[in-house]
Amino acid sequence: MSVTARVAPPRCLLGQALHAEWTKFRTVAGPSWLLAGVVALTVAVGAAAAAAAWCPSATCGIDPAKVSFTGIYPGQAVAAVAGVLAIGNEYSTGMVKLSLTAMPRRLAWFFAKAAVLAGPVLIASALAVAGSALAGRLILPGHGFTPAHGYASLTAGADLRAAVGAVLYLTLVALLSLGLAAAVRDSAAAIGLVLGVLYLFPLAAAVVSNPTLARHLDQIGPLPAGLDAQATIGLDSLPLTPWQGLGAVALWTAGALLLGALALTFRDA
Amino acid sequence: MTTETVPPPRCPATPERESFRYLVHAEWTKFRTVRGWLIAVLVTIVSIPAFAFLAADVGGGCTAASGAAHAAACPAQPTGPGGEPVTDAFYFVHQPVTGNGTITAQLTSLTGQVAVLPAGQESDGPQTGPGLPPWSKAGIIIKENTSQGSAYAAMMVTGTHGVRMQWDYVDDTPGLAGNVSVSAPRWLRLVRDGRTITGYDSADGTHWTPVGTATLPGLTSTVQAGLFAAEPDDGNFITATGVFGHVGLSWPATGWTGTDVGGVDANFVSAPGAFRQSAGTITVTGSGDISPAAGSTYSGRGQSLQRALTGTFFGLIPLIVVAAMFITAEYRRGLIRVSLTAAPRRGRLLAAKAVVIGAVGFVAGLAAAALALAVGTPLLRRAGGLAWPVSLLTEVRMVVGTGALLAVAAVLALAIGATVRRSAPAVALVIVVVLVPYLLVLGPLQGGNGDAPLWLLRITPAAAWSVQQAVPQFYQLIAVYQPNAGYYPLAPWAGLAVECAWAAAALALACYLLRRRDA
Repeated sequence: MSVTARVAPPRCLLGQALHAEWTKFRTVAGPSWLLAGVVALTVAVGAAAAAAAWCPSATCGIDPAKVSFTGIYPGQAVAAVAGVLAIGNEYSTGMVKLSLTAMPRRLAWFFAKAAVLAGPVLIASALAVAGSALAGRLILPGHGFTPAHGYASLTAGADLRAAVGAVLYLTLVALLSLGLAAAVRDSAAAIGLVLGVLYLFPLAAAVVSNPTLARHLDQIGPLPAGLDAQATIGLDSLPLTPWQGLGAVALWTAGALLLGALALTFRDA
Repeated sequence: MTTETVPPPRCPATPERESFRYLVHAEWTKFRTVRGWLIAVLVTIVSIPAFAFLAADVGGGCTAASGAAHAAACPAQPTGPGGEPVTDAFYFVHQPVTGNGTITAQLTSLTGQVAVLPAGQESDGPQTGPGLPPWSKAGIIIKENTSQGSAYAAMMVTGTHGVRMQWDYVDDTPGLAGNVSVSAPRWLRLVRDGRTITGYDSADGTHWTPVGTATLPGLTSTVQAGLFAAEPDDGNFITATGVFGHVGLSWPATGWTGTDVGGVDANFVSAPGAFRQSAGTITVTGSGDISPAAGSTYSGRGQSLQRALTGTFFGLIPLIVVAAMFITAEYRRGLIRVSLTAAPRRGRLLAAKAVVIGAVGFVAGLAAAALALAVGTPLLRRAGGLAWPVSLLTEVRMVVGTGALLAVAAVLALAIGATVRRSAPAVALVIVVVLVPYLLVLGPLQGGNGDAPLWLLRITPAAAWSVQQAVPQFYQLIAVYQPNAGYYPLAPWAGLAVECAWAAAALALACYLLRRRDA
């Protein structure tokens, strides 16, 4: 391995960076525990929400996919911690100086880190969403979410799109956290910033009394926009269409990664 | 540890109490010399009043009860003598009376008609059937005049809550329990003496028990006295009917007039009332309610004063970050070893940190909330009024409570930071337990879930938000009291106590772990 590293042309730098970051990622216990936490918390809260949900008539207007995916509200905080710590740990231990000495092309290092984080988070998110959907499918039909009340099969196209949207949302949140952590370089400040960005938009939209303003807050906030991607009923009244919502989250993530990349390029480590 | 081998570092002249004071002073010095932390606390103080501007912008809509859909047609909400919004619509059989006197009546029956099907569903059969909602009411009343919102005092029999005396919309006292029937009639009496009206009830018409005394400031000399019937209505054409006998007035009788107070087809009245006199009995049928307009029955333009404190969500986050870092930064930099060498009694070190961060949180919250109310009250008034007049005592509770909420959240963050010793997980954990339950209740769990999601606001640290409740909840008014309209399942201080219990438990765990673990 070390031989290939020495003779490899500079084009393979990204490959080496990926390999190095992957080794770092898999040889500490923290990330695995956090990703297990994403799955456990998302599924547990989703199942509890499904157990508490009740649809007495055809006009209850509750979205079964949103109920099943309630666990994403707390689950994304764990994904955000994983994203923040991926960068924050390098800075808090001083490891970043060593990393950047070994890998002077900082952006290659940064994006290798992002890619190494995205893979496992994607898998954990898929497990979390699949578990939540399964729990919803087992629990909800017994709570009035039946075809007679207008809820057809839970594997319809919209449900699949909601599940894919939820998986991508969690992954984008982890990357957003990674970008912001690179920008502020401090784990505590970064996690406060990320969770502020995630949770405060929907809280503000819920308490603001101006309906136009509330709708705009729902359009620009990453959490409410991401929730649009998880909706299966009442799509006409959403502030954004499901894919637009996911696009808004992707824009936030891209902005955060850009901010992180700029900070990394133009600042001393 | 080292204390066993080296002499105690404490100066003999310094008693125990003094040393704790020095410890607090040392922690305070640590806190105030980190510029980033001071900036974060400043952000907390500024963001809370700043969001009062955002929250006060109502954009022409009505409140949560009616929603944005009816923004164009906000019904005018009558206000009672205390300035509070009220529902005042019922059928009133009355005559004018002047000066002091007494009205007495015997009620032998209270029946009601309720909708068979919920609103919006069509049926060929009859729309209504017999039924009696808990707060259907019929009885005697003395009211200043027949316009909405005027002062009154009434003795009544209710659907399931027995005899009650109610006055000026918000006051309610119980009398005789049990339902009314021909074999168990209820005698009701109101005695006016100047501005005071005293209510009595009796099961036999000879032995009277006082139920309550109402003072109606500024009551005119000539008032309307008579009988009434009302049934809280949701637009389903439902009515209550009371049968009265032995109606007696000490004033000269001038004959009865029937009036639909508040008109028909507005303010929760869908059915015109009626009365019939025959053989010594008067039968009164009416719809509507005489009650405060709170919870979902409020449909006016005003906002609750609590909206001025919306920014607390925003201010809390930097404070939680700083509070967690107050201990985790020591672990990160190894300073904790120095701190523990200087203060070998580890529990006291944690206590000193809790005192400092709690005080910082309390002062920041107090200042921010006072500023937010000072800025927000005129803004909310201009934007459409306040939904409920708030007493000075309530304002003080909201301000002090917000300070306490922030202080306890900061101590919780410190304790969790000392437990997990890492910044990011500690901050995330505290934000999730304090903010996310509230967010879940407002968002995905809203509607269709009954009371279950409200348990999140009873058992998690998020229960503390109840300390900001500005709108009152009434036992005598069945309405939907939801968090999005400013109502919480726990009483203000009880909610704060729940948060305190969590912080105390976390602090105890942190103290135990700090003593047992290597630093």
